Amino acid sequence: MALFILRRLLQSLFVLLAVSVVVFFAVYAVGDPIELLVSPEVGQAERQALIARLGLDLPIWQQYGHFLWNALHGDLGNSFVHGMPAVELIVQRIPATFELVVVAITLTCIIGIPLGLVAGLYRDAPLGRGIMATSVLGFSLPNFWQGMVFILLFAVWLGWLPASGRGPTVDVLGVPFSIFTAEGWRHVAMPAVNLAIANIALVLRLTATGVVEARSQDYVKFARAKGVKPGRIVRRHILRNILIPVVTVIGMEFGSLIAYSTITETVFSWPGMGKLLIDSVYQLDRPVVVAYVMLVTLIFVVINLIVDILYAVLDPRVQLLEPAH
Amino acid sequence: MADPNQTKRVPTRGPMLETPRRNAILKKLNARPTVRGSAIALAVLMLFVLIAPYFAPQNPYDLMALNIMDGRLAPGAESMEGGRYWLGTDSQGRDMLSAILYGLRISLLVGLSAVVLSTLIGSFLGLLAAFKGGWIDTAIMRLVDFILGFPTILVALVLLAVMGRGVDKVVIALVVVQWAHYARIMRGRALQERRKEYIEAAQNLGFPAWRIMLFHLMPNCLSPVMVFATIQIATAIVLEATLSFLGVGVPVTEPSLGLLIASGFEYLLSGDYWISMFPGIALLLLILSINIIGDRMRASLDPR
Repeated sequence: MALFILRRLLQSLFVLLAVSVVVFFAVYAVGDPIELLVSPEVGQAERQALIARLGLDLPIWQQYGHFLWNALHGDLGNSFVHGMPAVELIVQRIPATFELVVVAITLTCIIGIPLGLVAGLYRDAPLGRGIMATSVLGFSLPNFWQGMVFILLFAVWLGWLPASGRGPTVDVLGVPFSIFTAEGWRHVAMPAVNLAIANIALVLRLTATGVVEARSQDYVKFARAKGVKPGRIVRRHILRNILIPVVTVIGMEFGSLIAYSTITETVFSWPGMGKLLIDSVYQLDRPVVVAYVMLVTLIFVVINLIVDILYAVLDPRVQLLEPAH
Repeated sequence: MADPNQTKRVPTRGPMLETPRRNAILKKLNARPTVRGSAIALAVLMLFVLIAPYFAPQNPYDLMALNIMDGRLAPGAESMEGGRYWLGTDSQGRDMLSAILYGLRISLLVGLSAVVLSTLIGSFLGLLAAFKGGWIDTAIMRLVDFILGFPTILVALVLLAVMGRGVDKVVIALVVVQWAHYARIMRGRALQERRKEYIEAAQNLGFPAWRIMLFHLMPNCLSPVMVFATIQIATAIVLEATLSFLGVGVPVTEPSLGLLIASGFEYLLSGDYWISMFPGIALLLLILSINIIGDRMRASLDPR
C-alpha cells in the first residue's frame, strides 16, 4: 500500500510538471496582455516599466523557470488585472463553487438513486419506461440552455427565484456560505438543479442497469425462494450490491462537477472559480488561468488517488500493485 | 445492405457482420415509435440543413438584407417590407428562422467533422496499440489515461482559450478531447479479436502486418466504435454549443446554434425569450433524436 501511494505520488508530480509546461508555454504564447492593461495614451517609458515589472521582457524559458521556482514555494504569480496573488484570488472563490457542487451532489443522491431503483424494478412497466425515457432528456438538454430556460421560467415569467448571484452569505468558521439563509437557498436552488440534472440522469441510469443485472443473480433468486420479503430483498440484497459502483461514480463526478460548474456559474453569474476562469480568459489574465489549471489538476490528481485507494478498501479483490510474475 | 456483391465478398474478408443480423438490427431499430420519430426528426433537420440557402427567408450573413429597424421583433411580427418573421428577430433585425437554419449547418458541420476525425485518429491509434503491444501500447494508453483523467469541458476550454476562436480550432479542440475514447474502445475490442483463429490464419498465410491490421482485424472491431461515434455526434454538438456560449467557440461571423443562444442571453431577462429559446429547441431536437437512435443502437448491438 505504502509503495503504491509513493509510486502514485511520484506519477502525480510528473503529471503536474507536464501540465505546467504545456499550459505555461501555451498560455504565454497568445495575445498581448499589455494592450489590455494599459490605455493607448500611456507613454512608451511607462509601458516598458510595466513590461519589466511583470517580467514579460525575459525569454519565455526564463519566465517559466521563475514561475516554477515560485510555484514550488506556493506562489503561482500575481493576477495582471487584480494585482493580487492568483492563488488567493482563486481560493476566495472556492467556497462558492464548493457549495454549489455539494448541493448538486446531494440532489443527485436523493433523486437519482431512488428513481433509478424504481426504473430498474419496474423496467417493463410504463413507470419504469417513462423514467428511463425522461432520463435521455436529462443528458440531452444542453446544460447552459437548460439554465436559461430555468431563468426564463422561474425568474422572468414567474418571478419566484432570483436570476443571478449568490445572495447574502453567512460566515461559518470564517468562510462565507449562502446555504444557511433562506434567501441564500433561493439563490442556490436554480444553479444547483441546473448543475445536477445531467448527473441525476447518469446516476439514475447506472442504478437502473445495476438493479436489472442484480435481479437476475442467483443470490436474489435464492433469497426469493427462501421467502424473504420483497422489500428486504431490494434493501439488503440488491441495493447493497449496486451501491459500490454508484458511489464510486458519484465520487468521481465530484471533480467533473467542479469543471462543469464553469457553465452554470456563467449562466447564473455565480461568483465561483469557473466564472473567474472565464473572466480571466477574456482579460488575458495569464497567471490566473495558469494557476486555475494547476489547482484543478492538483484536485483531480488527488481525487483519482483517493478513488483508487477507496477501491482497494471497499473491494478486497482489487490489487493495487500488479502481482509479481 | 442486401447487395449481392457485398455478400459474395464476405468470406474473403473474414467474418463480417452477416446480412441477416444487420437486417434484424434495422428491424429492431425501426420497431419503437420513439426511434422512428427521432429518425424522422433527424431526417427533416438534415433536409433543412441541406436546402437552407434555397429555403431560408433571408441570408443571415448578408448584412445588407438586415434591417436594424426590425430588431427584436416578437415571433410572427411583420417586417418593414411586409414579410413575416415567424420566429421573431434578434437585436440586429436578423430573422431567427433563417439564423437557426444556418446555425444548424455550422453545428452539424463542426460535430460531424470532429467525430469523423477523432474516430479515424482514435481507432487507428487504438488498433496500433493492440496490434503492436509493448512500448507503443504503453505510450498510447498512458496518453489516453492522461487525457481522460480530466473533464472534457475543461480541456477544451483551456485549449480554446489558448488557440482563440474559429471553426477549425473548435474542431481541433473536440478531436483532442474525444479521440482517446475511441482508442480505448478500439484497443479493448482488438485485443479480444487478435487471439482468434482467422488472425492466426492470416499471419500463417504471410500477409504483411498492416494488411492484417486494416483488412482483417479492423472490420471486426468496428461495431462498438460506430455505436459510440453515433452518440458522440450529439456530445460533440453540445460541447461546441457550450464552448461557443462561453465565448471561446465559433466566431460571431459564423454563428452556430450555441452562439445564437448566447447572443439572446442578455435579452432574456427583459422577456425577449425567442432569440435564445428557438435555437435552443432546434439544438435540443437535434441532440435528442441522435441520442435516442444511438441509445437504441447500443441496446440492439450489445446483447447485455
